[in-house]
Amino acid sequence: MKLQLDGQTAYAYTGGKPFDPALPCVVFIHGALNDHSVWTLLARSLAHHGHAVLAVDLPGHGRSSGLPLADVEAMAAWIWALLDAAGVDRAALVGHSMGSLIALEAAGQQPVRAMNLVMVATAYPMKVSDALLTTAREQPLAAIDLVNGFSHSTWAAKPSFPGPGAWLQGGGRALMRRMQARQTAVNLFAHDFGVCDAYAGGMAAAARVTCPASLILGTRDQMTSPKQTAGLIGALQAQQVLLPAGHALMQEAPDETLAALRQALAVQLR
Amino acid sequence: MADLRFDTLALHAGAAPDPATGARVTPIHLSTSFVFESADHAAALFNMERAGHVYSRLSNPTTAVFEERVAALEGGIGAIATASGQAALHLAIATLAGAGSHIVSSGALYGGSHNLLHYTLARFGIETTFVKPGDIDAWRAAIRPNTKLLFGETLGNPGLDVLDIPTIAAVAHDAGLPLLVDATLTTPYLMRPFDHGADLVYHSATKFLSGHGTVVGGVLVDSGAFDWDAAHARHGLFPELCEPYAGFHDMVFTEESTVGAFLLRARREGLRDFGACMSPHTAWLILQGIETLGLRMQRHVLNAQKVAEFLAGQAMVLRVGYPGLPAHRDHALALRLLPRGCGSVFSFDLKGTRAQGRAFIEALKIFSHLANVGDCRSLVIHPASTTHSRMDDAALLRAGIGQGTIRLSIGLEDADDLIDDLKRALKVAAKLDNAA
Repeated sequence: MKLQLDGQTAYAYTGGKPFDPALPCVVFIHGALNDHSVWTLLARSLAHHGHAVLAVDLPGHGRSSGLPLADVEAMAAWIWALLDAAGVDRAALVGHSMGSLIALEAAGQQPVRAMNLVMVATAYPMKVSDALLTTAREQPLAAIDLVNGFSHSTWAAKPSFPGPGAWLQGGGRALMRRMQARQTAVNLFAHDFGVCDAYAGGMAAAARVTCPASLILGTRDQMTSPKQTAGLIGALQAQQVLLPAGHALMQEAPDETLAALRQALAVQLR
Repeated sequence: MADLRFDTLALHAGAAPDPATGARVTPIHLSTSFVFESADHAAALFNMERAGHVYSRLSNPTTAVFEERVAALEGGIGAIATASGQAALHLAIATLAGAGSHIVSSGALYGGSHNLLHYTLARFGIETTFVKPGDIDAWRAAIRPNTKLLFGETLGNPGLDVLDIPTIAAVAHDAGLPLLVDATLTTPYLMRPFDHGADLVYHSATKFLSGHGTVVGGVLVDSGAFDWDAAHARHGLFPELCEPYAGFHDMVFTEESTVGAFLLRARREGLRDFGACMSPHTAWLILQGIETLGLRMQRHVLNAQKVAEFLAGQAMVLRVGYPGLPAHRDHALALRLLPRGCGSVFSFDLKGTRAQGRAFIEALKIFSHLANVGDCRSLVIHPASTTHSRMDDAALLRAGIGQGTIRLSIGLEDADDLIDDLKRALKVAAKLDNAA
């Protein structure tokens, strides 16, 4: 589905079903240098079982036009603007990695409208090493290889994503390269990782969140270690689900992530 | 986890000890179908809400290991195993092209590929223009508004023209088209075509990937690099990937998978409807071959270089078509694209009569006279009367094949024994000349 926001095209994948704003809405927000396609199995499942789904491409990513937005706060505000344009009042917010920070910030910006917050493969603060930021600026393709390697914990994740016969490491690298190549105005890798590194509003946002919150984490995650989530869990009074996977949770453990997501979305308002 | 290197991927990519039994080696899952956990699970698998196996024509746990391993070795995003290399070529083309489509292809092809393109696909309304692989202007000039892809072999069979993949990929991409490459003769050990700009690669896995002459199979790999949406927005040539497909839930494959759209369509349509799938037993045998691919290819190219150098010095030999020799027209290109070696399949032209050629082949004792390449055993054949017999003289000439051309596939035997065998056969052929 395409919407117009501030003169730019905003794209959201609706899970293979026409979008119906009358159904309970779930918004999926991708991570750095990714797009909606990291969510397709989960999004299709929810869309075919009673939810309205919007798996967005953030501005400047994939099919959404324009420049990437400056920071997590602006991206969170964009999510609410998108929901306004789609005719949605309240929604569950699900984010992966950088997207989890955007979901957190969005839930903090408009707590009444956030029905549920699910942070997948997250950490706060989400600091990025100076060495990686430098590599991202100077050699983005090398930085992609580095991050892609750290995002996967196995060379044999079954049943693979989006299906048997897919080589996850290759898919992850190709997607990041595609995002980097499509965004010709800025170095998207350096931008997105800079956004993660700079975000400092996490605890303040968490203090404003009133909806149920869950963290779905990979025990083998080398990008956002579960050890870096204690403060966030306490502030959000969040439930935590640990899965035996790396940072690319939706790809390495799609069934387990779906089950954890369903469980998280089933939690009612406190 | 850092990227693994070739020999490690060849042993481990796509495989882990079996969680049910602890079996270290990938089990052979000889099962046509797989039990659903529930009615909901069944529906979810059919609707692509969940990943998993349904029926072995579409996917199979053993075959998936093979697919993921080849994709990893090629630097791709995934692969589809097929019943043969020909099935892989057909699947690639049928996923993108239909009646009214056009292909630009190198003229230096395996005879079976030439048959498919020139005769069989033409019957289904898909036309092919053949060009000399080294004539870059001809590639560019042959592209029409309905051209769907460019196609060539990494090493043209049997003359071993080295495909200038970076240049031809640039020609293809300038026109918004993908480049499909048959990499059978080089394998990912000698060259990864994706690193040079190719978009789709396939293999006859019957050959070096298997390596032991035991099974027939193929595999089609996607780089995930070609931007189908951008190309379709430009010329509208890829509705199969970029517009709703009524045959599968009105799915728009490029929305479903930004980088994996081609493989989704190829599996969900091509494997489903054409059905040229690989047996899990075949996949398992090829996996055994791939485990030693790096080691075998080192020996293959070492032996081939020695044999080619020997033949180049023989009075009975007019020409040796091996790019590892400085006299080959593509030697410089080979040094750039194939620094690890030029494979072990090549042809040479024998002086004398057709009878002498026949005497030469029949005098060989170690080389087996048969229609295959890429075996661990050395092989020989006369292309003009066998693999390329359906081509007329002009097409043979374009492919660099003469009546005296003999193709060798150099195996893993001791190179000196192979040279002794060839010496003996050359003497027999020469004596026939003297006797006449």
